[in-house]
Amino acid sequence: MAVLLGIAGGMLAGAAFLRRQAAQRDRADLYFEDGSMLSLTNGSPGAERLLPLAREILGKARGT
Amino acid sequence: MDAQQALADLTEISSQIQAAVVFDDKGKVAGSTLADSGRAQELANAAARLLAAAEEIKTGDSALTQLEVATGEGSVFVVRDGETSIAATTGGNPTVGLVFYDLKSALRSIKAKPAPARKPAARKKTASASKKKTAARKPTTRKKPDAS
Repeated sequence: MAVLLGIAGGMLAGAAFLRRQAAQRDRADLYFEDGSMLSLTNGSPGAERLLPLAREILGKARGT
Repeated sequence: MDAQQALADLTEISSQIQAAVVFDDKGKVAGSTLADSGRAQELANAAARLLAAAEEIKTGDSALTQLEVATGEGSVFVVRDGETSIAATTGGNPTVGLVFYDLKSALRSIKAKPAPARKPAARKKTASASKKKTAARKPTTRKKPDAS
C-alpha cells in the first residue's frame, strides 16, 4: 500500500513539475528597430494578450 | 523570387519551420506553405492581429521588427520588413536565432524579386535559341550603318 501511495505521489509531483516547466516556457520576446528587446514572461499583462493569439496561430497552422 | 518559391526554399532549408505565410500590411496573403488558401488567410489574419497587439505593448518610439511567442505547444515567429511580413510556426524549443535568420533571408529574397531574378532566367531559357536572337539582331545592326 505504501509503495502504491509512493508511486502515485511521485507521478503527481512529476506531472506538477512538468506543468510548471511548461508554464515557465511560455513567453513573448519583442524585438525593435533600434536593437532593443522586450521579454514578456507568462503572467505579465502583455504576455496574457499575446499568448492566446499565438496558441490560435499554432492551432490554425496544425489544422486543429 | 516570388513568395511561394521563397517559402518552398525556406521549408527545405529549415526543418524547424512547420508552417509559414507571407502577407502584406493589409493582411493579403502573398504565399503560404498551407495547401488550403482559406486556412492560409486565417493564419495571416491571426498573425496580423498578433503584430498589432505587440505594437500596442511597445513602450518606446522604435518600430517593432520581429517577435517570438513561445508556448508549450510550439513557437510563433513574425518578422516584418516594410509592408511585407512573414509568420511561421515551429515545434517546442526551436533555435531562435536560426529561425529568425531564415525568415529574414526569405523576406529579403522576396523583396529583391523583380528585374534581376527574372532577366537572367530568361537568358538561360533562350540559350538554345541564342542563334535565333543573334540572327535577329544582325539585320538590325546592319540596318543602322546602311541608314547612316
